[in-house]
Amino acid sequence: MNPMKLSVSALAMLAVSAGAAAARDNVQTAGSSTVLPYATIVAEAFGENFDFPTPVVESGGSGAGRKKLCEGVGENTIDIANSSSRIKQSDIDLCAQNGVTEIMEVRFGYDGIVFASDINGAEFAFTPADWFNALAAEVVKDGAIVANPNKTWADVNAAMPAQDILAFIPGTKHGTREVFDEKVIIAGCEASGALEAFAAAAGGDEKAAEKKCMALRTDGVSIDIDGDYTETLARVDANKNGIGVFGLSFYQNNTDKLRVATMDGVIPTVESIAAGDYPVSRPLYFYVKKAHLGVIPGLKEYIEFFVSDDMAGPDGPLAAYGLVSDPELAVTQQAVADEVVMGPLN
Amino acid sequence: MTDASLNGADAPARRHGSLLQPDARTRRRNAAEARFRAYGLTAIGVAMAALIWLLTSVLGTGAGAFRQTVIEFPVELVEAKLDKSGNRDIEVMKKVTTIGYAGVLGAGLTQALADAGIDTAGLAAKDVTGLLSQEAAAQLRNQVLADPDLVGQTITVRALATGRVDGYYKGRVTMESAQLDSNVKPEQLALADRMRDAGLMRLAFNPGFLTMPDASDQRPEAAGLGVAILGSFYMMLVVLVLSLPIGVAASIYLEEFAPRNRLTDLIEVNISNLAAVPSIVFGILGLAIFINFAGLPQSAPIVGGLVLTLMTIPTIIISTRAALKAVPPSIRDAALGVGASKMQSVFHHVLPLAMPGILTGTIIGLAQALGETAPLLLIGMVAFVRDFPGAPPEGLFDPASALPVQVYNWTQRGDPGFVERASGAIIVLLIFLIAMNALAIFLRRKFERRW
Repeated sequence: MNPMKLSVSALAMLAVSAGAAAARDNVQTAGSSTVLPYATIVAEAFGENFDFPTPVVESGGSGAGRKKLCEGVGENTIDIANSSSRIKQSDIDLCAQNGVTEIMEVRFGYDGIVFASDINGAEFAFTPADWFNALAAEVVKDGAIVANPNKTWADVNAAMPAQDILAFIPGTKHGTREVFDEKVIIAGCEASGALEAFAAAAGGDEKAAEKKCMALRTDGVSIDIDGDYTETLARVDANKNGIGVFGLSFYQNNTDKLRVATMDGVIPTVESIAAGDYPVSRPLYFYVKKAHLGVIPGLKEYIEFFVSDDMAGPDGPLAAYGLVSDPELAVTQQAVADEVVMGPLN
Repeated sequence: MTDASLNGADAPARRHGSLLQPDARTRRRNAAEARFRAYGLTAIGVAMAALIWLLTSVLGTGAGAFRQTVIEFPVELVEAKLDKSGNRDIEVMKKVTTIGYAGVLGAGLTQALADAGIDTAGLAAKDVTGLLSQEAAAQLRNQVLADPDLVGQTITVRALATGRVDGYYKGRVTMESAQLDSNVKPEQLALADRMRDAGLMRLAFNPGFLTMPDASDQRPEAAGLGVAILGSFYMMLVVLVLSLPIGVAASIYLEEFAPRNRLTDLIEVNISNLAAVPSIVFGILGLAIFINFAGLPQSAPIVGGLVLTLMTIPTIIISTRAALKAVPPSIRDAALGVGASKMQSVFHHVLPLAMPGILTGTIIGLAQALGETAPLLLIGMVAFVRDFPGAPPEGLFDPASALPVQVYNWTQRGDPGFVERASGAIIVLLIFLIAMNALAIFLRRKFERRW
């Protein structure tokens, strides 16, 4: 047990094994936790049915995934970034800086965002304006901008039950929050006429008015959840008055615990989102580093398999899990087959 | 006079009373002691209650993961479906996907139900085959591809039941909840009841929980800890091989050879500081050095092991130095007195006597590293990994997961079946930690010497 000998042999072993490190033969992806379940389902089926190893799927958030994608080209960088929001110009710039000049953008479907409360609670029918009036820091009442006085949902909209307002919304690091802000809060702000009042108060500055719309109340009525939907579910379970914001697929796997609310009178289902009737939905993407095609074995096969009808089609396992299939999937399939690189953001 | 000046003005009156009758001051002192004991007991009571609550909740939800509902039935591996060419060419047979195998399995199950006289009226064919886990088809495909001669035969398949049916057997899913559940119908559960009565379906011990890899959200019933346990083992191997010699060598030098001056004081303070640095910092360092600079692969146990080594070395140095300090100077003096060199005295006499302390410190450091998640987040080990890493040393560079990471991953999944899995993984992790700590205590008791 001579420590000197031990450490020397340890270093020797490390050196030997470092030399033995072979080229990477598995696809590596990272990114959005919303895309994660879909990506794991595809990865699992890919590993089972192809002669390639199962791809490794990391979560960590859309932004983190895109940043990792842009770290550079080479085997120790990831091949695909999963993202629940579109890539930003800052990401593209970072990529270009690190030599990742060709990125393929693949939109593989849509995801719905649903509002749900405890299964034994009251039934809700929301409009975006209701959410704005319930959660915004300042609302317009009788033509004047006042601090939000609403305590119960009945105060917001007399048609709703007199239940205390309590909302569990995704934290600001989530891609879901962006969609919530844009499609619910700002849409509600506009519909309730508050946007106009804010703009008038700000001297016609639209941007400042939108910012004001997105300022939510801080008196404990709107609670940011930085964790995952499982945490939101636990909070709704503990506070029967609470209303949580979930992804459609999460809701579909927990229909025995949650009662879903309608938005603008539409029940969120795969069909209503595909038809464009349900207003709160967003596209899901993954971004592929083109320089790795042909270098990492199985990468091309994996992305083609991902967007194939067997997987992402309306009858595939992803749709069964809650993905809203893209009506233009054939276009995506062709683009993937041709390895089309995305152009500048419009 | 002397009494008064010693005790001050409010000194108690001179004791004339019996010792059996305590005066006010004694009563006060006794009461203070009783209060202190009560505080202590309350503190311990609260701690015990918290521990018991934690253990019962973890064991209560997690124990189910070690048993799994299985369906056993004969399946005819139809040649026309699985090997159209008929010449058992493996490349041609690979063209049949798991979807094809699922069809064969479904036909087998429907036949078995008919043979057992189980009524499936009111259920679509899809609902009946929906009782089977999707994993079953994948397992059958692997089995057939490994042994193509099975095609054409009838074999008995032991397939996992889907997560909701499994939940029904374990009491997680009820007829009432199934009514509201979009993933299972009450009629399917009723069919499961009839299958149990016919002996087709039962709860069995589930070794797969320890040996199978992770599975996607659609098949919680098939998710296992295999890759995670192996990944954790590889990481512990790297940590042990690197941190023990480096840590021990560093502390021997610092304790026995290094001169006492400002520089060594500074080093000492820094080592103590390093032991208290949040582990995520080591993850950031590992990402920068091992992945971005040295070009090691992502998600690999070697990188995880190196990061955890950085984290463990301070712990080992501190405990090794304490163990070396505890060896009395007389041992060193005696060795030097009979003509041993300084190095001989250390390696022949001091180090063997300090060994129990060193091993205890090492094992506790390893146990700490085993439960660490935060630094692994940054080096890509918090991931969905389904392929087992190869044998070391090459396998150290293959992607793998780790035990605490698996717990973290499973708590984020949407399917309620994963709650049970996560608790089961916690149980496994706790067992490993208890075993390691018990080993540390055993080594200390067995080899420790007191002077």
